[in-house]
Amino acid sequence: MKTTVRIARQYLLIDMIKGFALTFRMLFAKKFTILYPFASTPISPRFRGEHALRRYPNGEERCIACKLCEAVCPAQAITIEAEPRADGSRRTTRYDIDMVKCIYCGLCEEACPVDAIVEGPNMEFSVENRKNLIYTKDILLANGDKLEPTLAERLKRDAPYR
Amino acid sequence: MDLLTPYLSLLTTENLLMLATTLGVILLIAIPVLLGMAYTTWFERKILGWMHLRHGPMYVGPFGLLQPIADAVKLMFKEPFIPGSANKVMFLVAPMMVFIPALLAWAVIPFGENPFTGSLMVLANVNLGVLFILAITSIEVYGILLAGWASNSKYPFLGAVRSGAQMVSYEVSMGLIVLAVILLAGSMNLAEIVAAQQTVWFFIPAFPAFVMFLISILAECNRHPFDLPEAEAELVAGYNTEYSAMGFALFFLGEYVAMITMSAFTAILFLGGWLPPFNIAPFTWIPGPIWLLLKIVAVLFFMVWARGTLPRYRYDQLMRLGWKIFLPLSFAWLIITAIAVKLLGNFAA
Repeated sequence: MKTTVRIARQYLLIDMIKGFALTFRMLFAKKFTILYPFASTPISPRFRGEHALRRYPNGEERCIACKLCEAVCPAQAITIEAEPRADGSRRTTRYDIDMVKCIYCGLCEEACPVDAIVEGPNMEFSVENRKNLIYTKDILLANGDKLEPTLAERLKRDAPYR
Repeated sequence: MDLLTPYLSLLTTENLLMLATTLGVILLIAIPVLLGMAYTTWFERKILGWMHLRHGPMYVGPFGLLQPIADAVKLMFKEPFIPGSANKVMFLVAPMMVFIPALLAWAVIPFGENPFTGSLMVLANVNLGVLFILAITSIEVYGILLAGWASNSKYPFLGAVRSGAQMVSYEVSMGLIVLAVILLAGSMNLAEIVAAQQTVWFFIPAFPAFVMFLISILAECNRHPFDLPEAEAELVAGYNTEYSAMGFALFFLGEYVAMITMSAFTAILFLGGWLPPFNIAPFTWIPGPIWLLLKIVAVLFFMVWARGTLPRYRYDQLMRLGWKIFLPLSFAWLIITAIAVKLLGNFAA
């Protein structure tokens, strides 16, 4: 009896028909692929992308040149030089991140006592020249100015878990 | 010069005009077939993509519609490379031997009645159309065998041997099934076979034969799940491993045109060719060639569908299926049909 059923199944192509029905259903199912350059997956607030230096709302830069980020950086990608400014506050004169060396570990962000250096959501910053991957203070500050609303939002959302 | 003189008298205006119109008709058939072939690749990639929960070609033109053109341009600008150990003449002739017969089969395929004059639209209304198609599609095997042999390399050779064995074994059962259809129609003329399906399309009275035929054309066209000649996992790419640029493209042109040819053949033998499904008002408004096209697309869809569904057969399984199952079954079907036709008469119009 078992053999008869098996042979009948084989000759009536039952299993094949089942398979065909499955693939036909999949034809209309929602597609899994994300059309990347035009759409992307949701990005966590902790995502560690391109760096940015933030400012206070009054326009003063946050960084106080404590050099903790430089010290903690495992790849030694950060170079900071600092001098007291005319008003007596201590500020950086040079803040370079070598994005080629950087391993995007996020330790600089963790070390910063004033939330000045952060890693933003941007991961699309490829360039055609390595020289352009040495980020200077101006570039980092410009990044921060451009992304400030997003950066503040990300920090706020992540704050409960820090 | 003396040899040519008798032929020069043939160059009358009348003959030249006939030659020109024939060439025109050939172009009228060949260009849509080649375009159709290009878009079959697009169709296949799209449907396969959807079945895999992907999108298929998306970026070249709207819905990736210009993708086949981009592919063709890319292949044309590739370097045609001939391996040092290859037999150069054979190596270059082989792709043509695959491509030309694939296109040649369209000479006898009827497209239905001309909506303006009512005459039959076909390049050559041959009485042995069925035989012509079977013969021409078999010639492709030579191209593939030649390609494998001329490459002088082990993988193409193994692929070609497999391909030859496979196409030959499935042609036998295919021929028997076609014979059963011929018995039902009482004619080997493709147009008359279609006319015989006026009452009922042959896939209903001959359903088992239809299923066997569909499976056989998959094997005949070297399609999944019978694409052993180019089993990537074992044979690199099969008989076309050593080919590049347009040589490679010609194999694919040949393969896809053969797919369309076989779909058209199936449509004519089993799905009523250019006949509408019901002979009533809204269906009869659509001209015959459109119905034929729809049926060809339906069979092509089945071929792609099978590729999206089934895993590849093992070589011995393929041979077992061909010789031990399909051959006896199609033979039994032929005998049943012959008895039924003898007792009840055929469908001849």
